Amino acid sequence: MPALPAPSLYALFVGIALAAGPHIPRLPIWVVGLAGGLLAWRAWAAWRKEPLPRKGLVLLLALAALIAVFMHYRTLLGRDAGVALLVVFLALKLLEMTTRRDVTVVTFLCYFLALTNFFYSQSIATAATTGATLVVLTASLVGFNAPRRRMQENFKTAASLLAQGLPLMLALFVLFPRVNGPLWGLPQDAYAGMTGLSDSMTPGAISALSQSDAIAFRVKFQDRPPERARMYWRGPVFWEFDGRTWRSGRAPASQFLTFEPQGVPVSYEVTLEPHNRTWLFALDLPGMVPRDALGTADYQILARQPVRSRVRYEMLSFLEYAATAAATPEELDYARRLPPDWNPRARSLAAQWRRESANDEAVMMRAIEHFRAQSFEYTLRPPLLGQNAVDEFLFQSKRGFCEHFSGAFTFLMRAAGVPARVVTGYQGGELNPVDEYIVVRQSDAHAWTEVWLEGRGWIRVDPTATVSPVRLESGMAAAMPAESESLPLFVRPEFSWLRDARYRWEALANRWNQWVLGYNPERQRDLLSRLGMPSPDWQKMAAALFWAVAACLAVFALVLLARRGRTDPVQSSWLAFCAKLARAGTVRRPSEGPQAFALRVARAHPQRTTIVEPIVALYIDLRYGPVPDNAGVARLRRLVREFRP
Amino acid sequence: MTMLQSFLRRSEFFSFLLRLRAAEQGPIRLTQRRVYILPTGYGFTFAFALFLMLIGSINYTLGLGYLLTFSLAGMGLVSMLHSFRNLAHLVVRPGRVEPVFAGGDAKFELLVENPSRHDRFALLVVRDASVVDCDIAAERTERVRIAVPAPRRGSLALGRVTLESRYPLGLFRVWSYVQPDASAIVYPRPDESELPDAQVTPDRGEAVRAGGGSDDFSGLRPYQRGDSPRHVAWKAAERGGTLLTKFFSGHGAAELWLRWDELPAALDVEAKVSRLTRWILEADAGGIAFGLDIPGVRIAPALGDAHRETCLTRLALFDAGAPRS
Repeated sequence: MPALPAPSLYALFVGIALAAGPHIPRLPIWVVGLAGGLLAWRAWAAWRKEPLPRKGLVLLLALAALIAVFMHYRTLLGRDAGVALLVVFLALKLLEMTTRRDVTVVTFLCYFLALTNFFYSQSIATAATTGATLVVLTASLVGFNAPRRRMQENFKTAASLLAQGLPLMLALFVLFPRVNGPLWGLPQDAYAGMTGLSDSMTPGAISALSQSDAIAFRVKFQDRPPERARMYWRGPVFWEFDGRTWRSGRAPASQFLTFEPQGVPVSYEVTLEPHNRTWLFALDLPGMVPRDALGTADYQILARQPVRSRVRYEMLSFLEYAATAAATPEELDYARRLPPDWNPRARSLAAQWRRESANDEAVMMRAIEHFRAQSFEYTLRPPLLGQNAVDEFLFQSKRGFCEHFSGAFTFLMRAAGVPARVVTGYQGGELNPVDEYIVVRQSDAHAWTEVWLEGRGWIRVDPTATVSPVRLESGMAAAMPAESESLPLFVRPEFSWLRDARYRWEALANRWNQWVLGYNPERQRDLLSRLGMPSPDWQKMAAALFWAVAACLAVFALVLLARRGRTDPVQSSWLAFCAKLARAGTVRRPSEGPQAFALRVARAHPQRTTIVEPIVALYIDLRYGPVPDNAGVARLRRLVREFRP
Repeated sequence: MTMLQSFLRRSEFFSFLLRLRAAEQGPIRLTQRRVYILPTGYGFTFAFALFLMLIGSINYTLGLGYLLTFSLAGMGLVSMLHSFRNLAHLVVRPGRVEPVFAGGDAKFELLVENPSRHDRFALLVVRDASVVDCDIAAERTERVRIAVPAPRRGSLALGRVTLESRYPLGLFRVWSYVQPDASAIVYPRPDESELPDAQVTPDRGEAVRAGGGSDDFSGLRPYQRGDSPRHVAWKAAERGGTLLTKFFSGHGAAELWLRWDELPAALDVEAKVSRLTRWILEADAGGIAFGLDIPGVRIAPALGDAHRETCLTRLALFDAGAPRS
């Protein structure tokens, strides 16, 4: 068994570190320590040519690691436990890695390990890191298959193999018939760590979310986007209040979006980031329900499955509407319900408005006037509130974020007997001038109120807007100049150049999301029919894929296997020599052997005899001699090159 | 159609497939038609790993996972062409062959020429158990020495040699069979038993060279097995304890005839051949001119490497069943 070439081993170790590196923050510390230690020890052993431990010991360690991983995760299945197991076993495999078979298996495992990084991130940066990982791993594999070669050459070969594979990759990527995953149920931990709106609203929940700079969704309008203040992206609607928290409560019975649209609809396409909930966001009010989604009576649009990967849907909305049709008496009754206790001052204020007003609309106007007149402050850092949260907010602290305003407003309405509900979602959005997508971030999360007025239906009231109109027109950053240090960095006004760079980067990231990560069956059908494949189905795609791959391979085969015309270096040098002499006037006759020709040349160019003779002698030697002589061939070539008749 | 017929047909088909033919004359170019390629076990493992990665990408909707899986698939497919290119269009020529005694290894030399402008890596030249691993730079020729066990005397053809390679990724094995026209002469294995000395027949013939005769004492040299006891310097041995052989020179040195017919009749053909081989070697080492007389062959006494090799070759190729001439 020949020893494994050391440079390739080192490259493999680097490749392992690159593939496993991104997992480090996600792995338990002991896994990182164990794997890192084993890798370092194995590299040291390769350097010092130390013997590797016995198989029994490795087996024992593997069993111990298996148990330890189980103890840590309480399972061996699932995404995180699987990755931990893969890393530990890979590290242990290094201890018994002695043959080419072993290194090949380890390399394949590393390819797989590189894939597991995508569970956590599929950004462009991740793709670039993975590309580098692939080159290093492949170079080590090439090295193991060509042990005497310099490592630098192996890297070149690996890079060119990967580069030449790109057209095939493109064909496979575009044409391989896509199916919608998952093929089977995924483990519970597959969707941990997604941010977004919650299915309940407690004071402080949205303000916490607002500090996140993450993108909630992107929107591409077919025509000009509406102005910012009119972009209310409708999300979960809350009916039930327990004195502190708003919840959706029981779902309204009706399944249809019924309202009277007015004006011209806007149509757009939303690319929603995964948030592990079913809400699909649309502008108030949505005028259609996309495929595989439901509409509810309170104008929510719900996907049938929680949104666990980026989804894209076409939408149509009416910014002007009369939402009259949907309310039943039970529903209106439900929209007036409050828990019996708490917040006495707010209740008495509402009762006072009720007494002094002629109708519901007048009550609503009193409430709006109240928010405008009192000196409420819009802040990201509202004080913590106690049991009587609404009272404390309305009469003492008077500082709050949108959830405080809308929650208190809805409470006041209900206390006055006016049907009202809380709507959460996002408000506004930022136009990326590079690709003209509207980007809506978690920091645009918002909450407002809807009030039922006889004859007018559900109308939107945004108490936050009455307190801080700037919030709607220019966004949160403009609304809170005094405390900008708590805002996400990019949102702060003084970093405009940074924002510009970010626009570009995000436009690129959006492309990436749309075309690489979001290339799903629908987009595939779309693209292929645009490319001229009528009604693409999997048979057509498979056939096209077959021909595309065959064509790529045929072209490569032609280029790679083409035989360069000349094959014999000795003969070609001799022919070059004869050609030079022919130009000088001495043409070799076809019947003339080298010796006869040499004699004639010596007569024609007597001053060149000292050069011609060794060339001819060498040629005869190389051509008719018994042993090939690589140095001689090189010398002949040099002599002929330098020869001037 | 009988079983036999169908078998013959099949074997013909196979020999066509594998191009099992008589040895090929001259340089053999590994044209694309005679280079075969198949995935290795690693190739299948790689494909299986890619399959798992594809399933993972579908299940978890990993767009980047598709990208990675398909990149590796593309790379694997391209590596197939590179594997093929690593072997195709090499030119194989038979080189020198050193004779060998039966029981040793015949060393065949193959000249493998890489006429193309790209280097070739990790080429294996395989002849049964003998494996040579070499790289060949662009437009260079590499000399490969293949050791082939030679158990029996006679002519040993090199036979079929496999050239193969798994470069660059080990996913594919590409190979080609060549059968260059090369054969080694395998001399008979010299007899190693305690053996009687060859008869020095008192024929007076032409002396070939000084040093081999028995006329004039010209010196002493250490005893070698096979020296005639008549030439041993017994007196010197008594004095010094070591055996020395008296060394004669001059015209009329005795000619040593190594005769088949003088060997004990009890020996079989191979034993006789073996013993004659031993005698030839010892006579040659002793500088004694010898002649070989075996059925069908009679070589006049002489000395020298060429003579020894001619005699050994005749013995190697000696066929007892052949008609005597």
